[in-house]
Amino acid sequence: MIIPRVPVQHRRLLPDRRLSGPTPWVIAILMMLTLLAAAAGVGLSRSANAIGSAIAGRVTVQIVTANPVTRAEQAAALRRAAAAQPFVLSARAVDREELQATMGQWFGSADGDDPVLHSLPLPALVDIDFVGEDRSGHMEQLRALVAAEAPGARIIPHAEWLGPVARLIGSLAWIAGGLVLLMTLASAAVVIMTARAALGTHFATIEMLHLIGATDRQITRLFQRRIAIDTAYGIALGSVVAAAILLLIGWQWAGITSGLAATASLGPTGWALLLALPLLAIALAALTARQTLLAALKKIL
Amino acid sequence: MVEFDGVGLRYGPDAEVLCDISFNLQPGSFYFLTGPSGAGKTSLLKMLYLAQRPSRGIVRLFGEDLVNMPRPRLPGFRRRIGVVFQDFRLIPHLSARDNIALPLRIAGVSEEDLSGPVGEMLSWIGLGDRADARPATLSGGEQQRVAIARAVIARPQLLVADEPTGNVDPEMAMRLLGLFEALNRLGTTVVVATHDVHLISRIENAQMMRLEKGRLADPTGALRYPPANRA
Repeated sequence: MIIPRVPVQHRRLLPDRRLSGPTPWVIAILMMLTLLAAAAGVGLSRSANAIGSAIAGRVTVQIVTANPVTRAEQAAALRRAAAAQPFVLSARAVDREELQATMGQWFGSADGDDPVLHSLPLPALVDIDFVGEDRSGHMEQLRALVAAEAPGARIIPHAEWLGPVARLIGSLAWIAGGLVLLMTLASAAVVIMTARAALGTHFATIEMLHLIGATDRQITRLFQRRIAIDTAYGIALGSVVAAAILLLIGWQWAGITSGLAATASLGPTGWALLLALPLLAIALAALTARQTLLAALKKIL
Repeated sequence: MVEFDGVGLRYGPDAEVLCDISFNLQPGSFYFLTGPSGAGKTSLLKMLYLAQRPSRGIVRLFGEDLVNMPRPRLPGFRRRIGVVFQDFRLIPHLSARDNIALPLRIAGVSEEDLSGPVGEMLSWIGLGDRADARPATLSGGEQQRVAIARAVIARPQLLVADEPTGNVDPEMAMRLLGLFEALNRLGTTVVVATHDVHLISRIENAQMMRLEKGRLADPTGALRYPPANRA
């Protein structure tokens, strides 16, 4: 049992005051940081996965033929030919209006009424999504197709320019995971120090209990219960603060609907992990305390 | 009951504080352990109440070899031994009543069953009206009485007392000795370490063990080969 049941009269064997002094506060801070790091890790990991799967099988064919009519014909032909291929999931020609709207954000004329914008020789773009996993094989087939339908067009795999971003986000997720691990170890170390300090403080009582026939198990349960309760207070406090921060961030995040930021979310699994972490932390604290106490008691006859 | 054979005890690399200790304590007997300060009385008592294993020799208690006994089995043996410490070792944040009840609680006796014996014991040691007092508010003599009550409340088979009457007046000393004697009559083997020679003369048929410089004086061999064991 995580917090062992101890008869009320036996609980009095330890003084009423809290065993561990600042321990609940230290645990609260560590728990809060752990949850925030875990949330960041889960969000970033999901974002990296979402970006990775989105870009892995997508290429854009850029047709830069000078003649706009030929350019449009090549784009349409390529879209039709690509859509008929078994290795292509979808092929879409990007509208000129869409391109102008994107460019307009940079020109400061998003309404599309800028004559300079209209005069720009924009390339024709065809977005193609591949089917399945054999991306290199598909690329070879697409190159042949592009050479036939739109000679001179450039194939731009999205992974080339978004890949580093996805890898960076993935690295940040791993770093967040590492921080969770380190803070878990730090929490366990705090519990070990608390247990040892408690044994030192109450050594005379422990020695007396031993000499009148108390077993290691009886003594351990006393201390384990007290340490588990102390750490549970800290974990609960840290979890409440972390939840408040995450809800605030989530509320602000909800306003971001585009770009890479929109891909970051916790998802049901992430929320389940965050909810499970405090319970796992209490269990870890109780088990760490128990093992520390048993190991220390074995040194006494 | 208790058998020591060729027992030696040393702390660390120093010379032995107890050397070649051999004796055989009979069930239901009463023993006084005397000797000058530093002779090793407390070390001998520590081995008797299982706070210390010997460095060499054989120690048998209740028919079992204690030298090689696995540690998890020791609590069961300790519950059969009552100990009165020279420095009382009362738990400071517990009341007199809770200190006395401690061995029964550790042994798993229910609150219902232990309230009667604990109340009787408090009355007997004259602390019935101070049952809820913490040790710090009790006098030295009162603390010693609580310590003795704690040692005998579970009716131990072996009672080990280190200077149990050192802090009480002569009248209380006699009452406490009377309690030890009564327990002894009920079959408890009693070992009392004391300097008080008057105390020794009060108990009939008590055997005396004398320690000097870590060696046990047993000139007649009565401790090693008690009359009851002689063929």
